[in-house]
Formats: sequence, structure tokens, C-alpha cells
Amino acid sequence: MAKKVSLPLTDEALEGLRAGDQVRLSGVMYTARDIAHKRLTEDLEQGKPLPFDIKGQTIYYMGPSPARPGQPIGAAGPTTSGRMDIYSPRLLAEGLKGMIGKGRRSPEVRDAMKKYKAAYFAAIGGAGALISRSVRKSEVIAYEDLGAEAVRRLEVEDFPAMVINDIHGADLYQDGKAKYRKNNDII
Amino acid sequence: MRDIAAEEVTDAVSHLFQEACYHLPGDVLGALKQARETEESPTGREVLDGILENARIAASEQIPLCQDTGTAVVLLELGQEVHVTGGDLYLAINEGVRRGYDEGYLRKSIVLKPYSARVNTKDNTPAIIHTDIVPGDRLKITVMPKGGGAENMSRLAMLTPASGRQDIIDFVVTAVDEAGSNPCPPLIIGVGIGGTAEKALVLAKTALLRTVGQPNPDAETAQLEKDILRWVNGLGIGPMGYGGTTTALAVHAEVFPCHITSLPVAVNLQCHSARHKETVL
Repeated sequence: MAKKVSLPLTDEALEGLRAGDQVRLSGVMYTARDIAHKRLTEDLEQGKPLPFDIKGQTIYYMGPSPARPGQPIGAAGPTTSGRMDIYSPRLLAEGLKGMIGKGRRSPEVRDAMKKYKAAYFAAIGGAGALISRSVRKSEVIAYEDLGAEAVRRLEVEDFPAMVINDIHGADLYQDGKAKYRKNNDII
Repeated sequence: MRDIAAEEVTDAVSHLFQEACYHLPGDVLGALKQARETEESPTGREVLDGILENARIAASEQIPLCQDTGTAVVLLELGQEVHVTGGDLYLAINEGVRRGYDEGYLRKSIVLKPYSARVNTKDNTPAIIHTDIVPGDRLKITVMPKGGGAENMSRLAMLTPASGRQDIIDFVVTAVDEAGSNPCPPLIIGVGIGGTAEKALVLAKTALLRTVGQPNPDAETAQLEKDILRWVNGLGIGPMGYGGTTTALAVHAEVFPCHITSLPVAVNLQCHSARHKETVL
């Protein structure tokens, strides 16, 4: 049974989440991928304000396919999170509380999540059509020149996700794999 | 000689990419349904349910299965008695990509300069085109929108003749283990053995197009595929890496003779959204 969780995430909600929990997220999240992360980081280095207040917010690593007329968005599944690892600790230090993508995070990001009490969620990669159904509204708010990679503000309802890293340090990718691993001895 | 108009090629490519991005091939759906029955992890089964539900929605609403509608890979089997008229064949293919990605609301994911200004070409061109010249007067076109997440986990090893079967297994299984959840398992694992470096990689890629789970006709290679699959599914990665017994749906290996000093082995991974479609003109 999936837990209903509101966005932005509260400290109380984060406290209760555990790696392996299935969740349905409702509220506001922002999309950003590789180049957007680079620009956000450059803005911070130059002391410029970010295009949105990152404190308490959740970033979804996603670049949608174009929306058909009348639809808020096209296919909207996650991209591989590891490419954002070099930028994430800085954003977590700025108050980012949630990240959504797919694939494992670096030890540095996992440490920063524990330190700043933030969580990492995965959505089903390759399920872009299914996930698009939970997006109610999508609006480009920055870096429009990046096209699919622009920063979008999304309003979502019952967005399906899985807790991978909780604030207590657990990691579903490690735990799940260990549980079903049958040939530890081969490699 | 048989004439085929370049415009006909453009139309076919445009249509094929759109269809491929909305509809999973029947054999892939069948393999996913089979995995749903055998997967030991309850979470893994739920992920497979989500993947199958996604396929239903994509097909009924004509929305891409995955927002990453890929690099436009096109494989041609060009009959040597075909005469393409009214334009350049490769330009016609790229025009088909341009049109298909625009009309089909597919994402344009190609940047012009890979290591400097990564500016989007905005029409998903250029396509990656592989051409085989074959006997006959037909043109077979296979399109393969190849997502970045799985492609980025490709590996090439130039093993030595001292290496053997077990070294190949170790290399492939390690590549899948290290890739973990990144390439969107359950996977189809393409393995190319022999040839040269680039030949092995092309073999690994074309192996992905085989009907899922159909063994290599050579018994020795079929057994190798089976053994790799068993090891891979013992890794525990499971659907989307949440843990489980279905890390791969199939291993497809292709073999080619090679130099006395060499043993190239290439791995090309295909995510569960194993999109491809073909037609014969």
C-alpha cells in the first residue's frame, strides 16, 4: 500500500519515510537535468538568485517529450540520476529536500542526504506514459532555450515513486539486491 | 534493377519511428508478461505491472512509452539490385527522422557538438545508419529508438586469446552488475564476440533485434547465452533495480571470426522499453 506524501516535503514526513516505501506524491516539484544543474550551480557560485526558491523543494530529473495539444505534458519518466551527482551536494546544502530520478547515487550524495536530511526517490524508468497521468500542470519557469531540458514547475497528483534513500541512511538498491542475490561468489 | 523512391523511404522511416515509440513489439510484451509470472520479488512484480500498464497507455493514447525517444538508429539491408531514385538515401532517412519526431511528438535528444556547445539539433538528426548490402531487389529498414540510459552502460573489452568462455561470462556479468539500476532493467543483453572492436559493438547492437529469447542457432553460443542469463539473474538487481530475480529477459550473443591476437567482447544493453520496428520496401 503506497503512502500519500505531500510536496514540498516536511521534516516530519521525511522522518517517517523508509527506503523501500512506495509513495504517491502530490503537490509541486521542479524539473532539472544536466545542463540546468550546471546553470543552477553557476548561479550559486556567482551569488545570483536561483530561478526558484530551492529551500524545502523537490527536483525531478526529467525532460518530457512534447505535449500533444490539450495535454499538460508528454511522456514524463525519470532520467539517470547519477549524472547529477556532482551537483547535488551543493543543492542539498542550499536546502533541497527531495530528488526523484532513477539509478544509484554516489557516496557523496548519500552522505549529504543524511547530513541535510533529504530523501531520494525513484520513479519507474521507461514508464513515461504512465507517469504523465499524474502531472496536472507543467510550466517552463527557467532556461527555456534548453527545450526538453528547461526547468519546469510541475503540479502532480499521486505521482508514483519509491523511496530509495531515506534520511536514516538506508539504500533500497543495496538492500533489495542483497536480498535476491544468489551468486555472491562468482564475481 | 528495381526503383525505390527516396520519398517512400522518408515516409517509411517517419512512420516506423512513431509506431516504435508508442508500441512495444509483441515478443517484448510476451517476455515481460512471462517475467511477471516468474519474478520472486513482490515489488519486482509491481514494477512489471507498471511497465505493462505503461505499454497499454502508450498504445491507446499514442504517447511515447518513454520520454527518451532515443538516438535514431536505422539499420538497412539494401538489396544490390535496388536503385534509389529522386534523392540521396541517407538524406531521405534523416528527413524521415525529422518528420517522424516532429509529427509524433517525440523528444529531440541529439546535440550537435558532443564535447563543447551541446546545442540541440532540434529534429533528432543525424540518424545513426548501418547499411548491409545484400542480394535481391528489396530494402529492409529497421528503426531502433535507442535510449541513453541503457546505451551509456555499453562496454567493450579486448580480451586476449588466453581468455576463454568464463572470462567472457565474467566480463558481461560484471558489466550488468556495475550498471545496476541505471539501464532500466529488466534488460535484453546484446553481446558481440569476435571481429574487431567496432564489429563486436555492431554485433552486440544488432543482437538486440532478435526475437526476445530466441537462442543463437549455434548450440555452443546458445549455451553461452543461457549461462550468462542465469548468472545475470542471480545478481539480485531485479526490475528497476529494486531487488528481484528478473534482471534480464534474455541474452543474445552474436559471434564473428577474429584476428589471431584478438578476442573482442562488446556489451550493448537494451532497457525494457525495447523499441524497434521494421518494414520491407
